[in-house]
Parts: sequence; C-alpha cells; structure tokens
Amino acid sequence: MNFSPGKRPLSLSRREALWAYAFIAPWTIGFIIFTIGPMLASLFFSFTDYNIVDSPRWIGATNYVNLFHDDLFWHALGITFKFAAIALPLGLVFSYMIAVLLNSKISGINIWRTVYFLPSVIAGVAVALLWARIFDSKFGILNPFLEKLGIQGPGWFSDPHWAMSALVIMSLWGVGGNVIIYLAGLQGVPTDLYEAAKVDGATAWQRFWYITLPMTTPVIFYNLVLGLIGTFQYFTEVYVISNGTGGPARATLFYNLYLYQNAFRYFHMGYASTMAWVLFIIVLGLTLLIFRSSDLWVYYEGQIKGK
Amino acid sequence: MTQSSKSPSDPKARQRSFTGIQTQTLIVKSITTFVLAAGAAIIMIPFLYLLSTSVKSRDQLRQSPPPLIPMAADMVNINGTDEPLYHVTVNGQASDMALIKFRPGGKALFVDPAAPETTYELVIANQTAIRHVEIHFENYPEALKQMKFSKLLLNTLLVTFLGMAGMLFSCSLVAYGFSRFRAPWLNVLFILLLSTIMLPSQVRLIPTYVFFNKLGWVDTLLPLIVPQFFANAYDVFLLRQFFMTIPLELDDAAKIDGASPMQTLMYIIIPQARPALVSVAIFHFLYAWNDFYEPLIYLHSPEKWTLAVGLQTFNALYAVNTNYIMAASVVMILPPIILYFLAQKIFTQGVVFTGIKG
Repeated sequence: MNFSPGKRPLSLSRREALWAYAFIAPWTIGFIIFTIGPMLASLFFSFTDYNIVDSPRWIGATNYVNLFHDDLFWHALGITFKFAAIALPLGLVFSYMIAVLLNSKISGINIWRTVYFLPSVIAGVAVALLWARIFDSKFGILNPFLEKLGIQGPGWFSDPHWAMSALVIMSLWGVGGNVIIYLAGLQGVPTDLYEAAKVDGATAWQRFWYITLPMTTPVIFYNLVLGLIGTFQYFTEVYVISNGTGGPARATLFYNLYLYQNAFRYFHMGYASTMAWVLFIIVLGLTLLIFRSSDLWVYYEGQIKGK
Repeated sequence: MTQSSKSPSDPKARQRSFTGIQTQTLIVKSITTFVLAAGAAIIMIPFLYLLSTSVKSRDQLRQSPPPLIPMAADMVNINGTDEPLYHVTVNGQASDMALIKFRPGGKALFVDPAAPETTYELVIANQTAIRHVEIHFENYPEALKQMKFSKLLLNTLLVTFLGMAGMLFSCSLVAYGFSRFRAPWLNVLFILLLSTIMLPSQVRLIPTYVFFNKLGWVDTLLPLIVPQFFANAYDVFLLRQFFMTIPLELDDAAKIDGASPMQTLMYIIIPQARPALVSVAIFHFLYAWNDFYEPLIYLHSPEKWTLAVGLQTFNALYAVNTNYIMAASVVMILPPIILYFLAQKIFTQGVVFTGIKG
C-alpha cells in the first residue's frame, strides 16, 4: 500500500504488528496458562491414576475402559442428554416467543422487559434455594395451587420421577438471558423489509415467517450453541438442591456434578479428567453438527453464497 | 404512532383507518399486553413468596397453604396459657372465644375469655380464626449474624471488584489490539479467542486446580481474581465490537499529535467506549457475584467463603430455618437487582448485544 522506497514501510508494518501482539499479550499468555496448557495436561491426566497428593501414574486407557463400564457415567450422561433434549428446545422456543412479544410497540414495554429479564440477573444459589422451597410438597406454594385446580401435586424434588420436570420448570423461569439476545436480534431486522412486505400485502404471519424468523436465525444459532454448552455445564442448581448428592435416587446427578464428585470429593483426578475429555469430545461433536447444519437453516445477510 | 394520528385534519380517512387497521392493531396490542402481564405475574410470584417467607416466624412457616401476607393468630391468656381466638357462633350469637382443646371429629372446646368456666364444643370448620398481620423483620439481622455475613460480603466484594478491575484492564488492551492493528495471524488468533467461548470449562478445570494447588493458592481468593487479569473471550468480543464503531480519524489525529498507541487507547478509545465498559463491568459483577462452582472448589475454610458458598452451606446446615435462609437470599439478590434497575437501559435496549448478530 505504501509505495515509498526503502525499509520504512516494512518497519512500520512490523512495528504495528509488534504493537498488536503486545496489546493482545494478556490474552495470549492467559490462553497458554489457563486454556491450552490445562487442556493438554488434563488429556495427560486422563491416562493416569492421580489423586493430587502422589504424582500421576500412567495407566494407559484404563480410565476410558472403566468409564465405559461405569453405570453412573451412563446414567449421568443420560439425564444430561434428557435435560438438554427437553429444556433446550423448550427454552429456545419459549424465549423467542417472549422476545417477539417484548419487541412489540405497546406502551410501558420497558416495564415488561425489566420484569422478564429480572430472573436472569440473579441466577445462582439464592434462586435454587427459593425454587427448592416453592416445590416443597409440604410447605411450598406450587402444590396448594395445583390442589385448587384439582391436581394432586407430586413430590417434585423428593420424587425421582419428578425432579427433572421441576428443573425444567426452573430453567424456563430463568430464560431472560436468551430473551435479551433474541430481542437485540429482532431489533436488528431492517424495518424497510417489513414495509416492503406490507406494500406487497403480506400478512403479519407471513412477515414473521418470511422475514423475522430467517433474519434472526443467526441469533437462534448463537443461543442454541451456547445453550448446549451451558446445559452440559449445568451444576449450581442441582448441587444446591441435592446438597451435592445428585439425589433423590441420583435423579439430579448431572454429568458435571458426577465429574465434580469424582474430582473434588473422591480426588479421582485422573478419572475426572477422562470424564472432562469425553464431555469435551461430545460437546465438540454436537457443536460441529450444529455448525454443519447451519448452512441449511441459518441466514447471514452479509454472506456471499457460492454460485 | 400510526398513520391516522399523523393526519388528524382528514377525519374521514381517520375514521376509515380506525375501523380497519387500527382496531386490528388494538386487538393485537391488547392480547400482547394480556399475555405479557400473565407471564410477568408468573415471574413475580416466586419473588413475592421469597419476601413473604423471609419475614415469617417458625410457627408461621407451618401454615399450609402459606399466606402471602405473614399472619399470626390472635392469642388470649386462659388460665396461664395462650390460646388462639376465634370468631364463633353459639346459638345464633356471634362472639370471640378461645380454642382450648381439640376434640375428635373436627371439633374443639371453646371458652369465652371473660367467663372461662363454661366450655362450648363446636365444629372448628364453622368458626373463623382471628388473625393479624405479623412481620418478623428481626429475621434479617439474625440470619446475617448466623451466616457471618460481613466476612462473606467482604470476600465477595474483593473477588468481584478486583476481578472486575483485572478484567477491564486486560480486556481493554486485548480488544484494542484486535480492533486497531494489522498483523500476521491476528485474525486466526481472534477466531481462536472466540472458539474458547464454546469450550466446556471442565476440560481445563482439574489441571488449573492442580496448578493453583502447587502455587499454594487453594483456599485463598487468588484463583478467583488473578485469571481475570488475562482477559476473557466474551468481554473482549463485546469491547472489540464497540471499539470498531469509534471513528479511525480520532486515532489518526492523536497519532499526528505524537500520541503512542497506549496513549491513544487511554485518551481516545477508553473515554469513547464508556458505555461498553460499563456494560461489561456490570456483566462481570453479575457473573462474579453469582458464581458458585469456582468458589466451591477453591475456598475450603469458612472465613474464605464467598456469599454464594456461604449461603449454600447455611442452607445445608440449617435447612429447617427457611425464614432465615430466605432472608439471607433476599440480601444476596438485592445488589444485582439494584444494579439491574440502575442500569436498566443496557439490558432493555441491548446496548452492547447488537454486535452479536450475524
């Protein structure tokens, strides 16, 4: 770009590059110390017997073989998948519908938005404790309410068959975070598209189906990928509600909780590392699958499609 | 808002559009408002239950179904013991009497406090208990004292604000590096950075723990604070998106005036990017305040705990004291809620989220 002769342009661009590397250095160093290094180390640990006190002892693929024969591993993986299969699609659809409603031009819309986002800012221990009590079969408020409707409420967190449903309801209450992101996406849809469609006589439903939905697929995609990863890291709620046991009858023993128990309760660091890597491969596979599928359903406005 | 309101001078056109499009939008708006209101009620009920439970006594907790407004029975002293008062009807005469003894068949013995010698056996279901509002604000100081709140708060504030300082410092530098310079491999590195958003944290958890353990940092606040000084993908991404919207001419003007890149960042970019910095600071506060997994792993002794771990343990030990636990929970969620209301615009108008699209 610079046509002046001599060494100056080269040294200028080199200097610019050095500045760039200097500014991103905090991340690069952190990436090595806290991401790549630990990832490789946990891959190594996954082939060892390691209890943190003694140095790791190489045992080959034993951990992987044991994991394959561990009923609790399959159980934890199963309920995590089950939760992902129920809560994730429900949450995505639910939060999308809320976002569409919150994107309408009605008076006092900011008040409604404030209410709907509220649960997402307080997610954590306090919320889990609150819901554990709402679902309480003796003193909670949900079952007396159901009773008024003529429904005998179940034991929720004391009944292994109902614990999952209770967690799904809890997760739906906290979808506000997704809603915020959907709303930003909805607001980014160019209004001239709607006006053009109106001129062409498109109905409200057609405008939604042929404009809003395709234009917001990148945001749906984003929420789907992050939701999937979040589900496999699901921890605080089940830890708090079951006191770290995964009860009742292991109905809330999610993958991450079982991994935690192995690592920090039994100090089976090698085995837990194996679990971490297996989880990583599963999540990576699913993410790649979603990315692959994105060509079919995600529409990027700025994207140049091949001829 | 609609076409008709813009042309009030033409009453006929106004009339026409009102009966057509405007009625339709009015119906749609009413339905929307109704659905939103119903959903808002469902969202708010748990909060009301939380507040209500936090000011109840142990006795009040046992009432089923739990009344929203904490109530207690009016009591009267009969021969040395306190007995609950009821509105009763005896032979068509209404009066207030005390229930002194339960009898089989849903009945009980009642006496007139003025003349406790005569007892009346009545069906309880036909009488109404006299109740009054009774609120136990003293649950709050009691709960905070029991869970050693001030120590936990101090730890949480240290983790939150020192971490926030580290995050703002490192993420500003990194976002600046990724938004204002050209260098070989920079784009590859940026994609690498973004891909870490999708990395499940478990895969680096154990060696990181081992590393901090070797440094002797386990059971200190350092593992929760120090990593924040090495930037994180999410905040770098948001800041970079915002930095890109700041006109390059400002940088060039500073360069001509002899400013170094560091000075440009400090005096040009940072002041311009205030809204974005405030946003990521708020998100960091919420994240650090609510974080449970890492404090649980790293902090073992009670005097090192953060509020999240302290509250969980408090519940594990004294689960029956629902009122105290709910009071402590209210205090725990109060700062995020206050912050949320102060910074509402950032959330409701999606100030920094616009960068996420496509």
